Amino acid sequence: MYLKRAVFGLAITLGAANFAAAQEEVSKSTADHSKFEILQKDFQSGPEVTEACLTCHTEADDQMMHSIHFTWDYEHPETGQRLGKKNVINAFCGSVAGNEPRCTSCHAGYGWDDMSQEPPKEANAKDCLVCHDKSDQYTKLATGAGHPPMEAKGKTITGQKAWAVDLKKAAMSVGMPDRDNCGNCHFYGGGGDNVKHGDLSSALYNPTHDVDVHMSSVEEGGEGMVCADCHVSDRHQWAGSRYNVLASDPHGTGKPGEARHAASCQSCHGTEPHPTNIKGLKLNDHTDTLACQSCHIPEYARGGVPTKSMWDWSTAGKLDENGKPIHEDDYVSSTGKHLHTYLSTKGNFDYQEDATPYYAWFDGQVEYTTYDRKIDPTQTVDVNVIHGNREDGKSRIWPFKRMEGRQAYDSANNNFVYTHVWGPTTDTAFWTNFDWAKAIDAGMKAADKPYSGEFGFVDTYMYWPITHMVAPAEDAVDCVECHQEDGRLANVAGVFMPGTNTNGPVGLLGKALVLLTLMGVIAHALIRTFSRKSNGGHHD
Amino acid sequence: MTKRIVKVYPRFERFWHWMQVLLIMTLMVTGMGLNGVHSMIPFGPAVMLHTIAALALLALWIFATFWLFTTGTWKQFIPKIEGMLSVARFYAYGVFKGEEHPYEKLFWRKHNPLQALTYFFLKWFIFPAIWVTGILYLTYNFWSDSNSVLAITIIANLHLFAAYVIGAFIIVHIYLLTVGHGFRQHVKPMVTGYDEIDLTPEQEAYLETNEPGRLKPVES
Repeated sequence: MYLKRAVFGLAITLGAANFAAAQEEVSKSTADHSKFEILQKDFQSGPEVTEACLTCHTEADDQMMHSIHFTWDYEHPETGQRLGKKNVINAFCGSVAGNEPRCTSCHAGYGWDDMSQEPPKEANAKDCLVCHDKSDQYTKLATGAGHPPMEAKGKTITGQKAWAVDLKKAAMSVGMPDRDNCGNCHFYGGGGDNVKHGDLSSALYNPTHDVDVHMSSVEEGGEGMVCADCHVSDRHQWAGSRYNVLASDPHGTGKPGEARHAASCQSCHGTEPHPTNIKGLKLNDHTDTLACQSCHIPEYARGGVPTKSMWDWSTAGKLDENGKPIHEDDYVSSTGKHLHTYLSTKGNFDYQEDATPYYAWFDGQVEYTTYDRKIDPTQTVDVNVIHGNREDGKSRIWPFKRMEGRQAYDSANNNFVYTHVWGPTTDTAFWTNFDWAKAIDAGMKAADKPYSGEFGFVDTYMYWPITHMVAPAEDAVDCVECHQEDGRLANVAGVFMPGTNTNGPVGLLGKALVLLTLMGVIAHALIRTFSRKSNGGHHD
Repeated sequence: MTKRIVKVYPRFERFWHWMQVLLIMTLMVTGMGLNGVHSMIPFGPAVMLHTIAALALLALWIFATFWLFTTGTWKQFIPKIEGMLSVARFYAYGVFKGEEHPYEKLFWRKHNPLQALTYFFLKWFIFPAIWVTGILYLTYNFWSDSNSVLAITIIANLHLFAAYVIGAFIIVHIYLLTVGHGFRQHVKPMVTGYDEIDLTPEQEAYLETNEPGRLKPVES
């Protein structure tokens, strides 16, 4: 009997293994792009490859044309503000306008070199390869308005020395985007590794399990997921927006098999993600006020790549005695890398690694201090305002990277300015001429906005929602990090939290009551002892 | 009247009392931790322990309530004014003079009038306050909406205040065990169940006949 079972079991195991092996041999995709003749050409430019793609994928360019990856323009459905890289001013390099070929190096298209114009309309001006190349050798030139380097000259968008890309190899390799397709731009936002987001860095190309449970490999103990597993797409539009965030997601996983266009934690984990036991129930109780990220991303900028936490533009422009730009490299990362703390071109910097987030109520709406908003230069100005409060029912307490900045503004009109920083051949670009007056004037002209001619520098905050680098459950923020006096949420309004105010009015009253009782009892006992001794008698 | 050793605390009542001691101590220590008075126990485990102890205490109280009413013991907890002043005078004055406690424990009445008043107050106001607020606190997410901050703040503070009152009670309760016959003598009945009681001949005869198990034989 046992033998029979064992043989039967073995047969099943072998059968399953055979099936799995057979599955491995069969291509996952119904098309092998290396077999398409139209792709086996010695392409001379990016647009030539796109033309070839469009011969089969006839609607792809139209889909792309409507995506924010191509338009860099976003009309906020709630606030009506015109956002997108094309319009906003940030606390990093300032603005795209005036610095096009440098900034548009990460545009998902080719040749957009003027922000006052729409991106190029030609069908072949979309860059298919930047997202779909699987040969891992396609890249974009740092200053080429989106074009790839065709010779080993200059730098790439990730700051490496450029190489001549093999467009044929790239075209034949295409497939669904994986981490480097997204990361080569998004990990390097703000001009370097993890400069901008704090939770998106080169550490996520191949993270360890403690850095990211989703993106670490299966061998590492993770899920081996890529960006697009959460940022699902439909018609080349991706779920997940930083301007209009799904701050709480009561829909959860939806019905069995239901496809959702949402990049929320709840869309996979449901709305009651903790196990149904005495601990899990209490943790589930927290989901009415806390975003998952607030506990499950205990620190950002993990994995050895620091993020820029302070950028003071006002000190930029100091030159040495020979009139040459200077640099200081006084920040040392956990991996021993020296990072700039001063550059003549950019001013002073500071960095953080394993940084504790800033917490705030967030309903998902982000309002930008765009050019047309008046600012109060006597206060620290929020470059972007995080909306939300407890009462609206959809806000949750979210973690943010709070970037500190000091940046240029029009001191007569009290608004932010566009600055022309990059432009090696112009006599106005700040990074070559070190003259703010010229750089701001040129930036405002490039953006076609009026400028008083007077400028100053104002302190700013910029908020970046933290949602990547989810840590293993055992590393989640411990209860006491918040449930204590001056805990992590001490500055968040509209919260009642046990353990944060032991000496409130009732706490003090209670302590006084207990203390008085104790004193009364002690006094009673003392008098008893004393009077008994003097009486000489004993009750017992 | 004869002094006899009578079983005054049946097994359930003793179990009730000592379980209550254990659970209330657990609740006190974990609760103070959660409130931030000390940090001896990590917050998460303290929450779980507090919740489990509270649920266990509630279950115990449900049993105890049945027991009180089915056995008629509830009458012990109804306060009477009579004799209260003399007991109060004793604690405030007579005890220092080495006087005898004015209250003689009766078979049908084991609490002195001041004790009865204290227990009445505890059982009718403080305990209900702590468990009503405690249950509301525990079930916050079942009834709350996004505007419940004020409600939970009031509930939590009432809960805290009731806890401090119970804390003060415990201090006095333990201290008073040292008054009179002494700590050991006072705790013993709650352990063994037996105490020395003045019985009328009728009561003695009744017990001899109907409940002989409750009387210890007279030592000769």
